[in-house]
Amino acid sequence: MPTPSRYWREIPQRYRFEAGKCRSCGYVCFPPRLVCPRCGAREFEDIRLAEAGSLVSFTVIRVAPHAFVDQSPYAVGIADLDDGTRLTAQIVDCDFEDLKVGLRVKLEFRKIYEEGETGVIYYGYKFVPE
Amino acid sequence: MRDVAVIGVGMTKWGELWEKSLRTNFVETALLAIEDAGVDRIDSMIVGCMSSGIFTGQEHLASLLADYLGKTPVPAARVESACASGGLALRQGFIEVASGMSDIVLVGGIEKMTDVNGHEATFALGTAADQEYEGYHGLTFPALYAMMAVAHMHQHGTTREQLAMVAVKNHANGSKNPLAQYPFKISVDDVLCSVLVADPLRILDCSPITDGAAAVILCPADMARSMKKPAVRIIGTGQATDTIALSSRKDLTWMESTHVAAGKALEMAGLAVKDIDLFEVHDCFTIAEIMITEALGIAGKGRGGRAVEEGLTAVDGKFPVNPSGGLKAKGHPVGATGVAQAVEVVKQLRGEAADRQVKNARRGLTQNMGGTGGSSVIHIFEAD
Ligand SMILES: [Zn+2]
Repeated sequence: MPTPSRYWREIPQRYRFEAGKCRSCGYVCFPPRLVCPRCGAREFEDIRLAEAGSLVSFTVIRVAPHAFVDQSPYAVGIADLDDGTRLTAQIVDCDFEDLKVGLRVKLEFRKIYEEGETGVIYYGYKFVPE
Repeated sequence: MRDVAVIGVGMTKWGELWEKSLRTNFVETALLAIEDAGVDRIDSMIVGCMSSGIFTGQEHLASLLADYLGKTPVPAARVESACASGGLALRQGFIEVASGMSDIVLVGGIEKMTDVNGHEATFALGTAADQEYEGYHGLTFPALYAMMAVAHMHQHGTTREQLAMVAVKNHANGSKNPLAQYPFKISVDDVLCSVLVADPLRILDCSPITDGAAAVILCPADMARSMKKPAVRIIGTGQATDTIALSSRKDLTWMESTHVAAGKALEMAGLAVKDIDLFEVHDCFTIAEIMITEALGIAGKGRGGRAVEEGLTAVDGKFPVNPSGGLKAKGHPVGATGVAQAVEVVKQLRGEAADRQVKNARRGLTQNMGGTGGSSVIHIFEAD
């Protein structure tokens, strides 16, 4: 489980979908990296990810980790965004029966979970069918 | 490099071993391996363990285990590569003997997983995935493999029944292994009616939570011959990495790290996959075995489901896969699995596998994998 400091570091990605685009080959790294995995270059520009895409796979989790037990069962998926980036997130506001490869989804800012009644609330992105 | 042989193996019954501590379980198997090898000393030991810190609150394992084995002050090291920790320990032991640094090396694997509750075990195993971009969103290991299964079914037409057939085959094999955690047979219907974990994977598609240990003794092949022990040589080793996050892969249905590691090991051995008589592979989930058979070249790309359905990977098939019962029936104490695969192959090549013996087995291959394939370690063994 993230500590507040570890969580804070990820906020540009989780709150604003910030990614790094390689200035040399154009590869988009999400999360951002210091070294391009495709060409090895080290200079990036900050960009915002596309906010919609389509599912390449999905599942419905029935046995959840502790922090997610209250949400179980819940759907998760990997989507190809319209800019070619691949992303993993929960899929919400959907009927499980409607899930299929190729389903169009958009990214929305949502609560991920909270650490007990007085704990930190963690936010981030989730997929919602378009 | 010197030729390296395995001259001793040790393994005890796996399962929920509440009565045994981590250190006791390890020492038992290490003593069996030392006795089997008939050696009066060890020069060094390597221990594979994924997460004793979370499972039992105990780090600094290498020294602890050397102490309880009564072998201080021998050098000892612990290596970690998630569920491939045992395979990596074997590779480090191989390198140590091959290089001439040490003569007699004990390689052990250990994991004690049932002292924590299910949520804590799920969390500990989840640390082998990308914690900040997979675990954060509530992903579990079964969920990641379930997404590989969905993609495989979508791209290659693999069926739900074919997934089940992997578990049925491995339980049939495991029913002949007295050390297995679940040595009983199951049917396709049993799998299809078992509890859903992450659609489409059900509980009988998943390897269990297990306590267990395994150990082998390595030495130079020349020394093994002079000792007149039934020795098995390690003739190939290969290791490769891939992205930890599943979403960073181009193809969710392909195990590149296994493919690359196997290529290196086969090249070192001067062999092709058709020259191998049996395989012990990392079937942590049924879909994993299907994808591994493709990555190894046993089945064509996308044809792993058909391979199991057609009996290609049965004990009496062309490519026997997991005669021990695999992780599925034998159990999966994560850090011990890679070493136990070596124990099974050595027993098979010595002709000591009793009812599950693969006929005329001269060469065997082990494939041990971490996470969703972020690491893979392959070894090839040959009867000397
Ligand atoms: Zn680049």
